[in-house]
Amino acid sequence: MWLSKQREEPHPFTECEAETVQKALLSVVNERLVIKGGRVVNDDQSQYADVYVEDGIIKQVGENLIVPGGVKVIEANGCMVIPGGIDVNTCLHKPYLGTPPVDDFYQGTKAALAGGTTMIIDHVTPQPGESLLEAFEKWQEVADKKSCCDYSLHLDIPHWHEGVKEELEQLVQEKGINSFQVYMAYKGLFQMPDSQLYEAFSFLKELGAVVLVHAENGDLIAQEQSKILGMGITGPEGHPLSRPEELEAEAVFRAITLGNRVNCPVYITKVMSKSAADTVATARKKGSVVFGEPITASLATDGSHYWSKNWAKAAAYVTSPPLSPDPTTPDHLHSLLSCGDLQVVGSGHCAYSTSQKAIGKDNFTLIPEGTNGVEERMGFVWDKAVAMGKMDENQFVAVTSTNAAKIFNLYPRKGRIAVGSDADIVIWDPDKIKTITAKAQQSALEYNIFEGMECHGGPVYVVSQGRIVFEEGNLQVQQGTGRFISRKPFPDVAYQRIKYRNKMMCKQGVSRGMYDGPVYDVPATPKYITPAPSAKTSPTTHQPPPIRNLHQSNFSLSGAQIDDNIPRRSGHRIVAPPGGRSNITSLG
Amino acid sequence: MSYQGKKNIPKITSERLLIKGGRIVNDDQSFYADIYMEDGVIKQIGDNLIVPGGVKTIEADGKMVIPGGIDIHTHLQMPFRGTSTVDDFSQGTKAALAGGTTMIVDHVIPEPGSSLLEAFERWREWADEKACCDYALHVDITHWNDSVRQEVLSLIKEKGVNSFQVYMAFKDLYQLSNSEIYEIFTFLGEHGGIAQVHAENGEIIAEEQARMLEMGITGPEGHVLSRPEELEAEAVFRAVTIASQTNCPLYVTRVMSKSAADIISQARKKGNVVFGEPITASLGTDGTHYWSKNWAKAASFVTSPPLSPDPTTPDYLNTLLASGDLSVVGSAHCTFSVAQKAIGKDDFTQIPEGVNGAEERMSVIWDKAVVTGKMDENMFVAVTSTNAAKILNLYPRKGRIAVGSDSDLVIWDTDAVRTITAKTHHSAAEYNVFEGMELRGAPMLVVCQGKIVLEDGNLHATAGTGRFIPCSPFPDFAYKRVKARKQMAILKAVPRGMYDGPVSEFSPMSRGGTPSASARTSPTKAPVRNLHQSGFTLSGPEEAPIRAAGRRTFMPPGGRSNITSLS
Repeated sequence: MWLSKQREEPHPFTECEAETVQKALLSVVNERLVIKGGRVVNDDQSQYADVYVEDGIIKQVGENLIVPGGVKVIEANGCMVIPGGIDVNTCLHKPYLGTPPVDDFYQGTKAALAGGTTMIIDHVTPQPGESLLEAFEKWQEVADKKSCCDYSLHLDIPHWHEGVKEELEQLVQEKGINSFQVYMAYKGLFQMPDSQLYEAFSFLKELGAVVLVHAENGDLIAQEQSKILGMGITGPEGHPLSRPEELEAEAVFRAITLGNRVNCPVYITKVMSKSAADTVATARKKGSVVFGEPITASLATDGSHYWSKNWAKAAAYVTSPPLSPDPTTPDHLHSLLSCGDLQVVGSGHCAYSTSQKAIGKDNFTLIPEGTNGVEERMGFVWDKAVAMGKMDENQFVAVTSTNAAKIFNLYPRKGRIAVGSDADIVIWDPDKIKTITAKAQQSALEYNIFEGMECHGGPVYVVSQGRIVFEEGNLQVQQGTGRFISRKPFPDVAYQRIKYRNKMMCKQGVSRGMYDGPVYDVPATPKYITPAPSAKTSPTTHQPPPIRNLHQSNFSLSGAQIDDNIPRRSGHRIVAPPGGRSNITSLG
Repeated sequence: MSYQGKKNIPKITSERLLIKGGRIVNDDQSFYADIYMEDGVIKQIGDNLIVPGGVKTIEADGKMVIPGGIDIHTHLQMPFRGTSTVDDFSQGTKAALAGGTTMIVDHVIPEPGSSLLEAFERWREWADEKACCDYALHVDITHWNDSVRQEVLSLIKEKGVNSFQVYMAFKDLYQLSNSEIYEIFTFLGEHGGIAQVHAENGEIIAEEQARMLEMGITGPEGHVLSRPEELEAEAVFRAVTIASQTNCPLYVTRVMSKSAADIISQARKKGNVVFGEPITASLGTDGTHYWSKNWAKAASFVTSPPLSPDPTTPDYLNTLLASGDLSVVGSAHCTFSVAQKAIGKDDFTQIPEGVNGAEERMSVIWDKAVVTGKMDENMFVAVTSTNAAKILNLYPRKGRIAVGSDSDLVIWDTDAVRTITAKTHHSAAEYNVFEGMELRGAPMLVVCQGKIVLEDGNLHATAGTGRFIPCSPFPDFAYKRVKARKQMAILKAVPRGMYDGPVSEFSPMSRGGTPSASARTSPTKAPVRNLHQSGFTLSGPEEAPIRAAGRRTFMPPGGRSNITSLS
């Protein structure tokens, strides 16, 4: 085998002349590559061209290229040459009750590469109270050691407080993170109330980050869960029963409303149901800057399996939001993906073994959530959308790679076959047929939720960082070769419109004469409209009807008020309309 | 116009009444017939009625005779920071009668933390003393706990209240959390109540208000800027979701914007039991007036949710009303004087909220929907009266002209033209939000409890004649479907063999903060957990009754299968 087994140093993409002789010799073979006779498919066009790769970068694209001798040649034989897939949603290190998922960065990226995905973006999930930066560094360390392909990281914000802001700023400006996830579910743990979401959105928008939202109504889920457990339903079917798709759609709608108010781009992770997808589509038609991400599982299978008599099988499907029991869901999601209403396909790959899932054997709320899908992701989009005639090959590239690169500001380094882009390339054979089975997969899971499904289309060759890592069914990867790819804030595809809208949105008050009519004298009771923290009444404590002290109340009102810091009085009093001051109390 | 002793004289004679030659318009059909009433009840309908002599006869001359309007949403005599709205039950019901409305339903708003029953009794007292027409009451639930639960139950069972409003806005005052609303809806669904909701996202409003004030916007325009219609639509969507989860009929009060109305009509198309109530103001005017240079005028439009600044909104809402996607029209009549509104002269969040509309309600719909050809006269009766009666479970006593129904009816003059102005309206407010509007269609004669209260433009109403009409739970209009669904919605567990494979040991870590209650609601990522504590809690008191008895002995017909086999 010609491939170097030696570990390569992660390198910036200009360099590489000054290395040891041996390594240079090896890398000469690896790092120069020409792909001949393929059809290069980007998201905007397809063309017949050869691709020449050197040092992990695409150096030339065109016909009759002049390349050095002794270069390894791959004959594409008319197959498609596409940018390597980008899987924007994996959890390869997210622990559940202290136990890590069975697919770590090594196992998981191996599976990704076998499916034609050459970059992943993993979710860093700090525990509430844990420092975001520390969690980030922990993840980076593990991934640097184990990852076989380039990777980047999303940060999940477990809860919102002032201290988080500084860390977020640092992560965006110094660490190359531009996407953060907030949760509308997991009450009592990760869930944020609307007012915190509003603050988080406002702050992240200023930083130019993309807000990822796990959209489900956690309050209602908590109620439903206790109701369902109370009915004696403890198996995996309780999971979808307690998380009906309405709750997903509701939260998506609310997240979009928040995004609109704050004027912040919103990215919905794991679009699992028709109604959630429709909500995203409708909002886009109204002009909202919102992106939707269905995952492999929601595109290829459905939630009918939760009712399987085999507990372990049913539990394997447990993920949140749950797969919809409506079997027409995958088809609908593919349609929306094809027409551009949904943009990106992730995998939501988060692999827990059956024994880990069995932690919840007597209580479905304790089953660790997550399904496989990193390896099958591209295959199923091809099989269910392109092969069915819903989607063309360019859109296929867009949803599996280019859109993700654009939204997370990796474009055109990733997500495109062009001179100067990273040499992450897949040669795709539309006619390849594969039957999915846990026996033949790269993942360490015992169950594959797509077990037995036949999938048309698959990679023949996969080139990652300029090296062939997958060739006719054989995987040749090495731990630790994956580099952390840092990402800048303010991705154009999300923020260009936001910037213009910011300029448009300056609101102005009406300049009026001072109101000089009678004013009713108010005794201070709890305010009728304004949110005054003092007026807050705890719903559980029974309070006596308020007894008013007239003296006191008058003073407190003219005293400290929530809006005292606003310089309105001085500002307004001197305003006189051009035509002189009008008596504004006249009726008419 | 004030009540005097001599009004008792026509009262006696008017207890027997014959309306001749009118066209009776109900929500389902129109036909020519005479109506004979006695003791406040319709006794006969038909041609050539045999009636006692000496009965007062009214010649309708082929005009429409319709059931008196029911204004399902008013705030009369509503206390507000030591004062109350300028239209009390007498003034407000007079305005209602002058507009052809013969019954109102007022909202009881208990202070958060205080007793619902006491507030209810207080409202009853005020209304009994002053109301000039029949009335019923909604009770608003402004806080939620077990004692409130008991009070709600006794209001439903003993006091004749079947509709309760919750607030999704007014943060830290009336606003309830999603979980509380879920519990309330569940409770109401079980006991046959109608869940009314004030739908706006209070959390975001609070943020937006602070932002507006920070930007130096303190006038009434800040009100609408801080409450954009999206927040209304969002809350409606959420309320629909909660109602659908709890299988409880939902009634959205004050539908003010296109997008909120759209959410309701979509939900209805999906089969949800939801009713939308646009109000006179949202059907008759729009929110452009918030930018008026006249502060007092701008402030008079302040209500929540605000009127939409989109001037095409009224037309749109009238269309949905005509098509049946919105169900009833209220007025949300809640009037404050300019001096009261001026409490918020330097801060829009302090402006007391409410607009007039009880008197104009029926004419606005006639003018905007029937005259324009959107709606027929039967639908007009449905949205102004019949649907409200059905929702309140008062049908067919109210909302229909039929033998046995209360004799609340109106002879409607389709040709009359009125110009609305504060100078001639019956409300005590100095401003009328419909000022200058020319409306076609007006009541020519109003009969309330069998007595003529409006004739030739003169109002003969007597305070204190209004009766409280108790509403019983489980109105068919809302609950027939809900009951059927309840029987459908029984969930069943999947009978499986016991899982007998390996179970991963999860690391014993001490949990920070939250006690075991949250363990149930934190599926994937419970961070740090005390193995002993959580393990025992779950398999102990919480779960044992669920599976121990029922499950362990269960064997599938073919014997127990090894369910861990990978297949």
